[in-house]
Amino acid sequence: MDIHEYQAKEILRDFGVKVPNGGLAYSPEQAAYRAREMGGDKWIVKAQVHAGGRGKAGGVKVCSNDNEIIEAASSMLGRKLVTHQTGAEGKGIYRLYVEAGVPIDREIYLGFVLDRTTQRIMIVASSEGGTEIEEISANKPDSIVRASIDPAVGLVEFQAREIAFKLGIEPTLTQHMVRTLMGCFNAFRDLDATMVEINPLVITTDKQVMALDAKMTFDDNALFRHPKISELRDKSQEDPRESNAADRGLSYVGLDGNIGCIVNGAGLAMATMDTIKLSGGEPANFLDIGGGATPERVAKAFRLVRSDQKVEAILVNIFAGINRCDWVAEGVVQALKDDPIDIPVIVRLSGTNVEEGQRILAGSGLPIIRAATLKEAADRAVSAWKADQPTITKLKAIS
Amino acid sequence: MSIFIDEKTKVIVQGITGRMARFHTKEMIEYGTNVVAGVTPGKSGEIVEGVPVFDTVKDAVDATGAEASLVFVPPPFAADSIMEAADAGIKYCVSITDGIPAQDMMRVKRYMKRYRQENRMVLTGPNCAGTISPGKSFLGIMPPHIYKKGPVGIVGRSGTLGYEAASQLASLDIGVSTSVGIGGDPINGSSFRDILELFENDPETSIIALIGEIGGPQEAEAAEYIRDHMTKPVVAYVAGLTAPKGRTMGHAGAIISAFGESASEKVEILSAAGVTVAEHPSVIGETIANLM
Repeated sequence: MDIHEYQAKEILRDFGVKVPNGGLAYSPEQAAYRAREMGGDKWIVKAQVHAGGRGKAGGVKVCSNDNEIIEAASSMLGRKLVTHQTGAEGKGIYRLYVEAGVPIDREIYLGFVLDRTTQRIMIVASSEGGTEIEEISANKPDSIVRASIDPAVGLVEFQAREIAFKLGIEPTLTQHMVRTLMGCFNAFRDLDATMVEINPLVITTDKQVMALDAKMTFDDNALFRHPKISELRDKSQEDPRESNAADRGLSYVGLDGNIGCIVNGAGLAMATMDTIKLSGGEPANFLDIGGGATPERVAKAFRLVRSDQKVEAILVNIFAGINRCDWVAEGVVQALKDDPIDIPVIVRLSGTNVEEGQRILAGSGLPIIRAATLKEAADRAVSAWKADQPTITKLKAIS
Repeated sequence: MSIFIDEKTKVIVQGITGRMARFHTKEMIEYGTNVVAGVTPGKSGEIVEGVPVFDTVKDAVDATGAEASLVFVPPPFAADSIMEAADAGIKYCVSITDGIPAQDMMRVKRYMKRYRQENRMVLTGPNCAGTISPGKSFLGIMPPHIYKKGPVGIVGRSGTLGYEAASQLASLDIGVSTSVGIGGDPINGSSFRDILELFENDPETSIIALIGEIGGPQEAEAAEYIRDHMTKPVVAYVAGLTAPKGRTMGHAGAIISAFGESASEKVEILSAAGVTVAEHPSVIGETIANLM
């Protein structure tokens, strides 16, 4: 789960990381009020969206008076911000963070990630702050400093000191740097984060170490033990279909194609999407309905996939292991009878009692296109999508 | 014996009193798995599917001499149960549980290292369908009847995609020596490489199917091992060709976040290491048949 910059900064501040003064605003007037409240002569108005690359997209503006703040805030609020991380549809700006400007001497990149090679938390830092880590590793790989953290003891101070020295932090600031690193690590560990990124971490001209930006991502599997973090979820930043699916225990990712997919198992779901692509079509979504493909889940899945207006054919691919194909087939038939559908539906069943399942589909009177293999299902889905197939509503009208 | 289990392996089920665990315990016993005990704290004295329940793994091991364990414990408590198994002297553990926090798994892996290699428990999973040696025994939730006995070793992240491969093989009248699910989580007990090493040294296995997916470094790591150390042929399929970058595709670990983690990059890396890659999930069985 992602959270906003201002939320990450609040959390990190509680763990001893210094951040500039700032306040949240929901309107241009409130933004100006926030600036006055904190004083100073330079403020940054920042769009709060769950995506990086805000600066280049016009989501971060430096202001030096009320008018500029109100103008900047008005230009952002209610608009969609499109950055290279948001996709073409962008993310809605509903909250602004107004922050006091600080005089910057140098910028550092600091990241804490779950490293899958070492299976440990890893610190990644670079003296090339302000640019994205992908860019740094492509252009200045030698500037990257890494440290792997032993889960049994956590981050040890000497490791933090080593990073400070490798980054060339001046000796009088070493302790500040150590406190920052320790704070980030403790927040990461205690709150089950999967990523903490401060880019940039700055050294100010008045010799302070401060987080100018902050991004935190949390382990969805650990949210059960962090109720306060769960509360920070902002559904306005999520694809509504995806959050709707997640709330119903389904795993859904929307894509750009026209062939909707209903599959049990994440691996098989990806393989089904791949097969559609190889057969000349484009999948509209990833959808894993889980191991126990019950009739209720199948029905929910149909509703979900159809809520995507782009979907022009639906491919159901179920490998019935513990449950049986006849049971899954009944679920599919029931779902289609309860809620008729006017686009082609292709069903491929495999596993236990497959013949019985096929018989139920064939005997249902519904124009379900059946397939024996995954390849055949994908081929039929693509050709059905291209051709004009008899549809269930038409059939219903006839009967 | 097959790489982890056979019909004699004494198995306990942790969390046996849960609904799912009861169901699968019954399935396992019917297939021939030698389930000797169950563990649920506070439920000792109960009998589930004819199997005695103990409070602790130690009690179960002391009473029955169990060597392997299957963990069905819910996510918040699963890591604790795996460590309990490791401490009680269990040699092989399969964790089915989906949704264990990543940092819990990091602690589990660190904890297991406190034992000397020869006493160290091997863990496969979590978030997997389990392990089966057809005709002998299985620990998991897979439908066992789709697997025929034979010479193909299967190792994969995904449950249902593994079933897909096994049933393709069965329809070509090809069987499986052992199928191991390593699970879809970012931090897992055993990697592809770990299992490949066991298959390479397993006289019952003559060819291996590796079923990977997007995310993480383990397919690339496997490729390096195959290139440098393996004599047996390996066929691979990598799911997620159409998966967008930065999105989690169902499995917590199925996310492209770094270079080399996309399906096409993994296919390239595996091919370069001499692996025969099935481009299409429908031809996994065929590709193996052609190499036999």
